[in-house]
Amino acid sequence: MLGYIAARTERLLLSTATTLITTNDPVKIAEDYAMLQHLAGGRVDLMLGRGNTPPMYPWFGQDIRNGIPLAIENYALLHRLWREDVVDWEGRFRTPLQGFTSTPRPLDGIPPFVWHGSIRSPEIAEQAAYYGDGFFANHIFWPPEHTRRMVGLYRQRFEHYGHGAADQAIVGLGGHVFMRKNSQDAIREFRPYFDNAPVYGHGPSLEEYMAQTPLTVGSPQQVIDRVLSFREYVGDYQRQLFLIDHAGLPLKTVLEQLDFLGEIVPVLRAEFARLKPPHVPEAPTRASLKAARDAAATEVER
Amino acid sequence: MSDTTAPTRTVAVVSAGLSQPSSTRMLADQLAAATRDALTERGVRVELPVVEVRDHAHAVVDHTLTGFPPAGLEPVMTTLTSADGLIAATPTFNASYSGLFKTLFDLLPEDALTGVPVLIAATGGTPRHSLVLDHALRPLFSYLRAVVVPTGVFAGPDDWAGGAAEGLLRERINRAATELADEVARRPPRRPTDPFALPASFEELLGRGGQS
Repeated sequence: MLGYIAARTERLLLSTATTLITTNDPVKIAEDYAMLQHLAGGRVDLMLGRGNTPPMYPWFGQDIRNGIPLAIENYALLHRLWREDVVDWEGRFRTPLQGFTSTPRPLDGIPPFVWHGSIRSPEIAEQAAYYGDGFFANHIFWPPEHTRRMVGLYRQRFEHYGHGAADQAIVGLGGHVFMRKNSQDAIREFRPYFDNAPVYGHGPSLEEYMAQTPLTVGSPQQVIDRVLSFREYVGDYQRQLFLIDHAGLPLKTVLEQLDFLGEIVPVLRAEFARLKPPHVPEAPTRASLKAARDAAATEVER
Repeated sequence: MSDTTAPTRTVAVVSAGLSQPSSTRMLADQLAAATRDALTERGVRVELPVVEVRDHAHAVVDHTLTGFPPAGLEPVMTTLTSADGLIAATPTFNASYSGLFKTLFDLLPEDALTGVPVLIAATGGTPRHSLVLDHALRPLFSYLRAVVVPTGVFAGPDDWAGGAAEGLLRERINRAATELADEVARRPPRRPTDPFALPASFEELLGRGGQS
């Protein structure tokens, strides 16, 4: 599907949320997303996750209790497949590889930038920091304090592993919103969905839940203000995703939410850019990664 | 003599009684007072914060539904997961602990009570409920790898009647409190666990792939 979107678009950055690194073969991921890079002219990055639905693991011959070891071993292999032309490899979960070349090779030899997504596993924050990759905190359905701790751990370990200062680490957050022109209308319309949705319903009230998690139901301006406040506990960050198709909303309503998103995103982009200190980088793109590599090569030639 | 440099220990007191006043709370309070006396005798300063489960009933259910503690419940969870000892008292409902009592303990993270001394106590409308201690409470805390002291305390109507609490019940309370105090006093103070702490270095995590 991303290949289809790549063919129909010119500027959109294509990403995933999330690609399961536990139950997918890292060789297949390496080849699929390298191929997508070529089709999309490099407009690709990849967000990896473990998947926390227990019944899913056995469908692929895996065991959820191995979630963390699978994520670590599979990504270690994926990382090598994109960076070494010929790989000899042996691990615990996958059949060994001898003299294996993953094809096609990444576009210009530059693998897609990778985000590691997690809700509450410090091991995944550590993994993202170890490789100098991005860390995506799920953020939604959880109190801000939780996200603050996870992102704080990632930033501190990112610096520890020598990829830059803690505030230069690459952070993404999820968020869940429902918007109408007037906040009262938004609350009135969303409440019955909230009260009965499997993930939200029959527990705290909508108001309590909004106070305790990033869920924001209100006017576009209220959403803008709330999203800009996330910086206060995670620092300047690079990517914000929004969950807008949730709680059983009908398709027409979800598409209207997409229109509202079109309204707030330019404002958020401008505000984030204005607030961000110059030494904090943008999320890496193919262009920035290529420029960095070429600069490093020139440095070596000297 | 109390050692003023030694840290104050904490024994959390959970009472799942529903009425006001509650005989479960009365029993919990008497166990708490006896535990304080026994620890003081051993030169150990102790705080005994009480968790009235009824006060947190809605928050406890919300936590099971959302997966995170509502703001008001968080200090309670911290108390339970960092205490040096625990007194757990419940009324007997249909031959077991009350549902709310169990729901509270269902929320504890893995290993939260591992190695923690626990005194189990229950109240009931008839002495024939007294086995609730050994059929319901003791297995629950054994599963949680807590150290359940040998004496559990059950109090029924006979125990409260006519000042009997000063007799046989008092004796059981004192014996149980002494056992709990001994277990708390001989352990080092508990260090709070950090759920965000890494279980191993990343090199170890990487290396572990091939083994086990």
